[in-house]
Amino acid sequence: MQAELLKEARRQAEICNACRYCEGYCSVFPALHRLRAFSDADLMQFANLCHNCRGCFYACQYTAPHEFDLNLPGILADLRQDSWEEFAWPQAPAKAFQRNGVLIALVTVLGFALLFVAARFLGPAGGEGFYAVLSHTAMVAIFAPAFLFPLLSLGVSIRRYWGETGGGSVAFSDLKGALVSAAKMKNLAAGHGEGCNFEDEDRFSHARRHAHHLVMYGFLLCFAATTSGTVMHYAFGLHAPYPLWSLPKLLGVTGGLMLTAGAFWMVRLKLRSARELGSATAWGGEMAFVVLLGFVAGSGLALYLFGQTVAMPTLLALHLGAVLAFFLLTPFTKMAHGFYRMAALVREENSKRSSS
Amino acid sequence: MISQYDVAIIGGGNAALCAAMTAAEAGARVLILEAAPKPYRGGNSRHTRNFRCMHSKPAGPLVETYCEDEYFADLMKVTGGKTDEHLARLAIRRSEECLPWMQAHGVHFQPSLSGTLSLARTNAFFMGGGKGLVNAYYRTAERLGVEVLYEAVVTHLELEESLITRVDYTHGGAPNAISPKSVIVASGGFQADIDWLARAWGEQARNFLIRGTPYNRGVVLADLLDQGVESVGDPTQCHAVAIDGRAPKFDGGIVTRLDCVPFSIVVNKHAERFYDEGEDVWPKRYAIWGRLVAAQPDQVGYVIIDAKSLNLFMPSVFPPIKADTLEELAEKLGLPPDRLQATVAEFNAACGDTSPFHPTELDGVATAGLTPSKSNWARPITEPPFYGYSLRTGVTFTYLGLKVDENAQCSTRNGPIRNLWAAGETMAGSILGQGYLAGFGMTIGTVFGRIAGREAAAHAS
Repeated sequence: MQAELLKEARRQAEICNACRYCEGYCSVFPALHRLRAFSDADLMQFANLCHNCRGCFYACQYTAPHEFDLNLPGILADLRQDSWEEFAWPQAPAKAFQRNGVLIALVTVLGFALLFVAARFLGPAGGEGFYAVLSHTAMVAIFAPAFLFPLLSLGVSIRRYWGETGGGSVAFSDLKGALVSAAKMKNLAAGHGEGCNFEDEDRFSHARRHAHHLVMYGFLLCFAATTSGTVMHYAFGLHAPYPLWSLPKLLGVTGGLMLTAGAFWMVRLKLRSARELGSATAWGGEMAFVVLLGFVAGSGLALYLFGQTVAMPTLLALHLGAVLAFFLLTPFTKMAHGFYRMAALVREENSKRSSS
Repeated sequence: MISQYDVAIIGGGNAALCAAMTAAEAGARVLILEAAPKPYRGGNSRHTRNFRCMHSKPAGPLVETYCEDEYFADLMKVTGGKTDEHLARLAIRRSEECLPWMQAHGVHFQPSLSGTLSLARTNAFFMGGGKGLVNAYYRTAERLGVEVLYEAVVTHLELEESLITRVDYTHGGAPNAISPKSVIVASGGFQADIDWLARAWGEQARNFLIRGTPYNRGVVLADLLDQGVESVGDPTQCHAVAIDGRAPKFDGGIVTRLDCVPFSIVVNKHAERFYDEGEDVWPKRYAIWGRLVAAQPDQVGYVIIDAKSLNLFMPSVFPPIKADTLEELAEKLGLPPDRLQATVAEFNAACGDTSPFHPTELDGVATAGLTPSKSNWARPITEPPFYGYSLRTGVTFTYLGLKVDENAQCSTRNGPIRNLWAAGETMAGSILGQGYLAGFGMTIGTVFGRIAGREAAAHAS
């Protein structure tokens, strides 16, 4: 499977390297044009650098029905998907979940069930608010490992990726360049800054870039909310529930709204886009992941809105169940792309520096 | 579809689209009849990448200045003086205002591509190339209300005295006819009609490859010439370069070019050299190699290089044929091995001091006492592995076309045809008698497309 993908990606990259018309679109082409021959690792790096904006596809004079049959975003998406399964640690869950939306849904339901069972049997131990349903200690007992394991797993994966693609020592400027690029989603803006070709053939639009901003920044705000809550809990002895005008709530509610809206928008865009320009086999897995992410955010907001009602214990179990599934599946679903993408962007800064 | 159009445009490339947008903005109801299906729309414009533009100050992606006289001098150099000065200067002068117009109609430019830095001052590169430009123009044209019919093949324009009274075309297999007030021909040359090429050039033209669209068959051009519309240009002339012999028959485009000739020896199918491979830098010589290869048996040539030259030129679409010995390479290329070895040995023996070798300058590293000689970059071919490419003649466009005046208007011997204009490759022969200047085809198409659109709309209103 992978050998075939690499062979096809190499064939297409060689045609791109002889043409070069797309040089202005994104980071992939300058990286490709710096080389004359492409190793497997080079191709994997291009694949993870590609943000699937599709500008190059619609500008390409060699797409089907032309006999060269170029579809660079498609083949790079397949290769990217494959690389996430290849580098994952352990590999088996990545192979199972990356392309399979049904399995992702199944794990989420299991998450729900686990939380219901936990609430039923571990119980409140005399806390208030959400801790009246499940104690703080029980939550930590469940979520600390569920949070730390994915970090460990991704750490191993990214290390493998870095080694495989021959990354050198990282300079501060590499990190800065990569962070700026990711923060602006520069690679979804095209060289002219008018966005990508995602939901309406060759029309340039910022829709996907902005939807991604909502998701990414929404997620980071939610993460910051949780972090600030943890700090308040342990460092200052300030325990939940927190009032609206507190850091965890302000960050969490804003982030939750952004993440929910972004995920919803992303699903709509994805439904309108051409599947064969992404990884067609991973469509279900990607879609399920976005829905899960949206559900995590949406259920969190619902919990905020209906936290004082009888629905609260049910909502809490659903929300925490989804969060659990999301955390555990992070290294094995589309969520992993953020980590590989950052690694690829740093790697690109790294090679730009060493070739200049 | 409405039955009465102000302007019908035959063709769907750059010139046609510039004409369509201009006419629509002037208030005309415009129909584009594009012979190709949608994925292949845009004719040879799909394969273009830049626009040569005069500028008196830095403009868009263009640095410094490029004045009219310098531009015209560059043109005269490549056409050997076979240029209509009045129309050429018109195209050059108008090119400056085209750049912002193109941007306003959706075209994005990008900095000069890697490997083309020599053009950073003179040529503005389209982001994504010509298909990106074509896509942007179709979007803009449709927003302006221009109607587009794909797979609409125009078969005949009925010329009655000094007026085109009917346009016949087929669409979806059925014959149709319309009578627009104005007609613009922007349907390119005839190079994809191999029979016509063979009549003009000789039977060897059947072995030529066509670098661009298979839809430029010159049907309308032939139809108009038959009815006495004035033509310009030599029918035996076409712009031909030597390209990778493995390229597809049509539409291979930019990626099939090979830039390795200066670092090689080129032999024919008998493994004999036939021309000085190092006569001048490649950008000044690539256009003569199409004819040189066309004159060889079976219209084929073979480039032979060794390991030390492999990375001196732009990669091309297919990897070269590779072998550890010359004998093996000859077998893989289908050349007589002993002849190739003898030719290489003779060449190597004629090479002298190679220390001044410089890949991007005329370095004077020449052969001595060899016929034909190699005047620059002559280094012995000794270092395995050896590499080879086959070469064939690739036709870019033909020069025979419609003669137009400064209003892009066509005429017969009896005077102007009141409602017929031409723009783009189909009238480029009015300006370019021979040779080619990179990016000038898009200049002609844009300038005369806009003129034709303006004139056609004015006539219709």
